[in-house]
Amino acid sequence: MSADNAHDGVTHHAPGDHAPEHGHGDHDEHGPASGMMRWITTTNHKDIGSLYLWFSLIMFFIGGAMALVIRAELFQPGIQIVDPMFFNSMTTMHALVMIFGVVMPAFVGLANWMIPMMIGAPDMALPRLNNWSFWIMPFAFAILLSTLFMDSGGPAGGWTLYPPLSLQMGDSFAFVIFAIHFMGISSVMGSINIVATIFNMRAPGVTFMKMPMFVWTWLITAYLLIATIPVLAGAVTMLLTDRYFGTSFFSAAGGGDPVMFQHIFWFFGHPEVYILILPAFGIISSIIPTFARKPLFGYDSMVYATASIAFLSFIVWAHHMFTTGMPLAGSLFFMMSTMLISVPTGVKVFNWVATMWRGAMTFETPMLFAIGFVIMFTIGGLSGLMLAITPADIQYHDTYFVVAHFHYVLVPGAIYSIMAATYYWLPKWTGNMYDETLGKWHFWISTVFVNVLFFPMHFVGLAGMNRRIPDYSLQFADWNMVASIGAFGFGFSQLLFVWIVIKCVRGGKKATAEVWEGARGLEWTVPSPAPYHTFETAPDITKHMVR
Amino acid sequence: MTMAVNALRTGRLARCLPGCLQAVLGTALLMPAVALAGWDELNMTVGVTDLSAEVHSLHMRIFWICCLIGAGVFGVMIASMFLHRKSRGVKPATFHESTKVEIVWTVVPLLILVAMAIPAAKVLIKMEDFSDSEMSIKVTGYQWRWHYDYLDEGIAFYSALAPEQDLARQRGAEYGLEQFGDAYLRDVDNELVVPTGVKIRFLNTAADVIHSWWVPDLALKKDAIPGFINENWATINEPGVYRGKCAELCGRDHGFMPIVVRAVTPEEFQVWADEQRASAMAAAETQHHPRDLATLMASGEGVYSANCASCHQQEGQGIPGIFPAIAGSDVATGNIEDHVAMVLHGVDGTAMTAWSGALTDAEIASVVTYQRNAFGNEAGDSVQPLDVRAMRSTALNDANELDLGVSR
Repeated sequence: MSADNAHDGVTHHAPGDHAPEHGHGDHDEHGPASGMMRWITTTNHKDIGSLYLWFSLIMFFIGGAMALVIRAELFQPGIQIVDPMFFNSMTTMHALVMIFGVVMPAFVGLANWMIPMMIGAPDMALPRLNNWSFWIMPFAFAILLSTLFMDSGGPAGGWTLYPPLSLQMGDSFAFVIFAIHFMGISSVMGSINIVATIFNMRAPGVTFMKMPMFVWTWLITAYLLIATIPVLAGAVTMLLTDRYFGTSFFSAAGGGDPVMFQHIFWFFGHPEVYILILPAFGIISSIIPTFARKPLFGYDSMVYATASIAFLSFIVWAHHMFTTGMPLAGSLFFMMSTMLISVPTGVKVFNWVATMWRGAMTFETPMLFAIGFVIMFTIGGLSGLMLAITPADIQYHDTYFVVAHFHYVLVPGAIYSIMAATYYWLPKWTGNMYDETLGKWHFWISTVFVNVLFFPMHFVGLAGMNRRIPDYSLQFADWNMVASIGAFGFGFSQLLFVWIVIKCVRGGKKATAEVWEGARGLEWTVPSPAPYHTFETAPDITKHMVR
Repeated sequence: MTMAVNALRTGRLARCLPGCLQAVLGTALLMPAVALAGWDELNMTVGVTDLSAEVHSLHMRIFWICCLIGAGVFGVMIASMFLHRKSRGVKPATFHESTKVEIVWTVVPLLILVAMAIPAAKVLIKMEDFSDSEMSIKVTGYQWRWHYDYLDEGIAFYSALAPEQDLARQRGAEYGLEQFGDAYLRDVDNELVVPTGVKIRFLNTAADVIHSWWVPDLALKKDAIPGFINENWATINEPGVYRGKCAELCGRDHGFMPIVVRAVTPEEFQVWADEQRASAMAAAETQHHPRDLATLMASGEGVYSANCASCHQQEGQGIPGIFPAIAGSDVATGNIEDHVAMVLHGVDGTAMTAWSGALTDAEIASVVTYQRNAFGNEAGDSVQPLDVRAMRSTALNDANELDLGVSR
């Protein structure tokens, strides 16, 4: 019923003489406004998608620069470059920027661009809200980054903001909380928009079980966001009142409990981990079938696995807290539930491998990044399984082993999926093919350096190097030096990515509508570049493969 | 100097490369974990308690399981990438969806997990069994040192990063870190001495923010949380020195609060305990004797370096916006009683903690006098240990007399 409504609305809005195929940008009543105002006032899902993606790319380099400050300080033992306090604010800000400013906006940008085109919708369901959700972000990050220039310095208590330490911060604390609230509002509005779009705007015939995996994973992610961001907002607001209004939610001296913050935070924080990876699963599930020229093995089980991961993500949070002194029953429960989450994750990996098996593969850049994702995400997943074993976790907890684990799932995991998605859809966005040779160079250089960077962290972690320290004992010196070399290599090789993207935007071999030989899905039925407005009349899905 | 560190490090790298090779070979051959050259730089310690050995074997077991799964998954992927490439002229198959296969790759991992969960649960249950402990030590985390209180022996003291290493890390690399070798950032001024073969219960708590008391060789890591007490236990099998770190981010000097546990035979422990009690008694007797300005200044400088300098800096200049300067400050040049009160009770909502528990009357008298007459401050006055005792509030006084009676 809802899909029909959407369909009616669309046909009403688009007169019949406007064929969706060609030259839509020329009609001034439908084309983009010119100049800066186009970007400020735009309600077009493609414009907003691009804004999100460029924003994310800029933040990627800001967050990356912070990581390089960290790795430069850790290149040798001893304090050489920054004060320990500034070091701590680098680790804190690096995490906040990379999570909230890079991975999440990039996924929202991809959702904006692709979800309407994948489900045959003319735009997002709530275009003005869409504009607003984006434009909150630059302000939120301006506030967050400005704390680095305040007298009391940026937040330095870790991105997890554990009290009482976070309460020792200077007055930039209030700005950090405010920025987090802004980011949260942006995420929740974006998520509501995505849910509303998927429920109401599917072209007739695009049933739930025909939606591309990327749409499915984003639908589930949006629910995770709507469920958890308010929890984070509550937690940081309690910090704010503890700091400024004399409450004692998290102070034992006033009858509160510092560990309660950790429970609340990780009740948000663990689903957040899956918010950062489920859309990646969707991207990989689109790319591997394309370049294997073979349908996704086990679409249904992929959908169920994603839903199971989302459900389980709500009941594993305390595995971040095995050393806080939980009751035995709590430790046992969270160990078992955490181990359980590896089952649906395994199902996903096995399905990708089964999709590759007996396909006819080619290895263009998106496929290289997708395969890199599967292998290196699995390495991170396996170290995650090790971390689930509570007695062993007591040794791993808060060491570089954990740092290695979550960077494996986030960098060659989430970030690689974003790179893969960019290369995959860039011809559709720009109408030009990117430089394939440079793309492959980008993949191989990044992959060598990302492993030089993060693999040795497993060793130093197991050997006893704790996290979030600006200086370390001499026996960790070798591997830290290796990791720092990898960090600089990886960081600078991303400039190549920027160059490839800019080169592609400016010109190149013209892309066909289908772009990739094995591509399926409605987005490949519109011309490249995709016209400013697509699917003003709903597509006849009996003629096309939706997935 | 940089050359020296580099040479040192290159040597280390050269030494451990064969170790890496062996580790890789070991992975390839699925050998059980054996002592390989350089292995200690790459893997978790086996430790010196029965439990730490069990934790290590759990770690190795799950590690090899992960290696097997990884080898299987990656093996199939790599084979597929070689065999099923379009450039070989293959035609893509069209098969998809198989409930049977999906069930298999759901159930098999589940069985592996059950096989892993059972031994893990057993170890966990043992870890949480605090019964029949023969000795209790209260461990309190401070920014940034540890306080150890032997509850039955009447011994209590603070333990912080060894002063010469503290100086080295504050002055930076040019101070010569290699002189400390592998002990850099790992030595403390007062070691935690414990007997072997005795079940020791550690009670962790904290005075300011959350810390975490971690000694890898004992497989102990438990958060020290202000207002709460966490339990932990260990029975150490072998005498030796076991080093650890604070594992929970606790502010600026989180990286500089090491732990050293020295395990000795119960007889040696008894001798050590007697010495500790005797010297604590001697210090308690003399600590309220009056001192002249020069003596206070001399001892104050040491107290300042050890306790105040990491925030307020060696020259009292502070860090603008974060840690106030002492040089020229209103507090250090104004009313001396207010100054003492601030040091005793701290400042709520800031990193300035109450020092009434951490420092003795003599130490507070020295450091306040020092702050008022150093860094260009010319207050010219001084305060005596007896005055400090009088200035402690009655309530605090009662609490601290108990504590200080056995302090170093």
